[in-house]
Amino acid sequence: MNIVVCVKYVPDATADRRFESDNTVDRDGVDGLLSELDEYAVEQALQIKEKADSPDDVKVIALSVGPEKAVDAVRKALQMGADEGVLVTDEAVAGSDSVATSLVLAKAVEKIGSVDLVVCGMASTDGAMSVIPAMLAERLDLPQVTLASVIETQGDQVRIKRDGDVATEVIGGTLPLVLSVTDQSGEARYPSFKGIMAAKKKPLETYSLGDLGVDAGEVGLSVAWTEVTETNERPPRTAGEIVKDEDGSGATALVDFLASKKFI
Amino acid sequence: MSEVLVLIDHAEGAVRKPTYELLTIARRLGEPSAVFIGPADQAAGAAESVKKYGAQKVYAIDDSEIKGYLVAPKAEALQQLAEKTSPAAVLVTSSFEGKEIAGRLAIKLGSGLITDAVDVAEDGTTTQSVFAGNYTVQAKVTKGTPIIAVKPNAAAPEEADGAGTVEEVAVTISDSAKKAQIVASQPRQATGRPELTEAAIVVAGGRGTGGDFTPVENLADALGGAVGASRAAVDSGWIPHTFQIGQTGKTVSPQLYVANGISGAIQHRAGMQTSKTIVAVNKDEEAPIFELVDFGVVGDLTTVLPAVTEEVNKRKG
Repeated sequence: MNIVVCVKYVPDATADRRFESDNTVDRDGVDGLLSELDEYAVEQALQIKEKADSPDDVKVIALSVGPEKAVDAVRKALQMGADEGVLVTDEAVAGSDSVATSLVLAKAVEKIGSVDLVVCGMASTDGAMSVIPAMLAERLDLPQVTLASVIETQGDQVRIKRDGDVATEVIGGTLPLVLSVTDQSGEARYPSFKGIMAAKKKPLETYSLGDLGVDAGEVGLSVAWTEVTETNERPPRTAGEIVKDEDGSGATALVDFLASKKFI
Repeated sequence: MSEVLVLIDHAEGAVRKPTYELLTIARRLGEPSAVFIGPADQAAGAAESVKKYGAQKVYAIDDSEIKGYLVAPKAEALQQLAEKTSPAAVLVTSSFEGKEIAGRLAIKLGSGLITDAVDVAEDGTTTQSVFAGNYTVQAKVTKGTPIIAVKPNAAAPEEADGAGTVEEVAVTISDSAKKAQIVASQPRQATGRPELTEAAIVVAGGRGTGGDFTPVENLADALGGAVGASRAAVDSGWIPHTFQIGQTGKTVSPQLYVANGISGAIQHRAGMQTSKTIVAVNKDEEAPIFELVDFGVVGDLTTVLPAVTEEVNKRKG
């Protein structure tokens, strides 16, 4: 059984993220890394493999689409314990919207073949849309079992707890399916030294769009179905007043402030 | 005038406030037609509510074949309705479910989608707040029927008389869409306080509460606000995840955000940085949260908050 974990290479959220002049995300000038939220997906994929009846028959394959540097995200997944890596990289992909990204990922999943489970994080930390897993389910015609905080697998059955917007739900599906996991699903493991060394020998395949049978004209900035027309850095907030509390002075000052703003 | 489909966000037929905001926005783009997916006998009641905010039509889609399955059937139903009505746009709430519906619908209709819009202009240009609120982005859908997921508090609901004519719509749900079963569902317990993402005032607590949220809750009640929490508080098990504000929790943009015992790490800021007025109480004067505030108190929240609450209650009379 093949488990594909989708991982994204994103600009470090603690760094100065910004846009290029064409309004795409600057992925060159800012350090990138495996999206923090995708670490949870790798972790759950590894746990599902470890809990399988015969773990040796389960392969966890880390998949990413991005610039060449995105290989770092795939490598991190290998260091955590994924068995193989696949990177789809092609200049034509730059500036793709979620629709095109999901197309490339879906085609890559099909190319990998024999995929029983696709695991994703709950959102990327840059685009933060939370739509890729649903789109993959749509494209691959698989059940979507998404936003799981607790995951249970038994044979070909997957059951999750989903903290929905208005209710907590239990969702069930039969493999093959698309699963996405939240940051509540369990701490992601740190790569061990042994894992880091072992990763160097693991198979890592690189594909271009041509290898997947995707036409360059279907992806990229110029054909995107949405257009970013403007990006503006928010002016820094003017420094506010900070007072030190001394014998209740802090509380009084705060209440006066709230009153001045008509909150009371 | 072209119709704009607005998916009604409801709990047991009771329409939720973000839907009125969506209808208000829909009126900028065309003629609002609300879409009710639910039990057939609840459609009329929902229509009574949405017509007050401009809904000319209410398409009623019975949910007997939809409600037991996650997301996919709603996307199919909306696809069939959109193909029938050729709307100028489709608006949904930017909730997790709303965004997943939008994502699938985009592929089904061959249309672009925009999520987490905090504003939508007459020409369809959306505004989003990105990179933990550091950037504002304007964007437009350039292909097909714009599908826009709009965040709560994006607009003040404006009452407008709409005909609210109910039109029943039959849809066919494929077997394929019924493969992710909703095996069980437990509605969130009502807290008696405003819904976090919709509230005008949010009072949040973090590690500095030490596990006791009473001062935070009392201040929230005095101000008529919602209670929120930082990830540290949730991870410590002091408060359920549904109260978490931040990158992996809820994003809020209230009129007033009061952060108590919250250091202000970037993952938290991502969830509240666009609040109109930000106040913080923290023992540590170096806490990053103070870089964001309009007003801050360096002090112990266990003494400051009760004093604030008492004074607020006193002034309310």
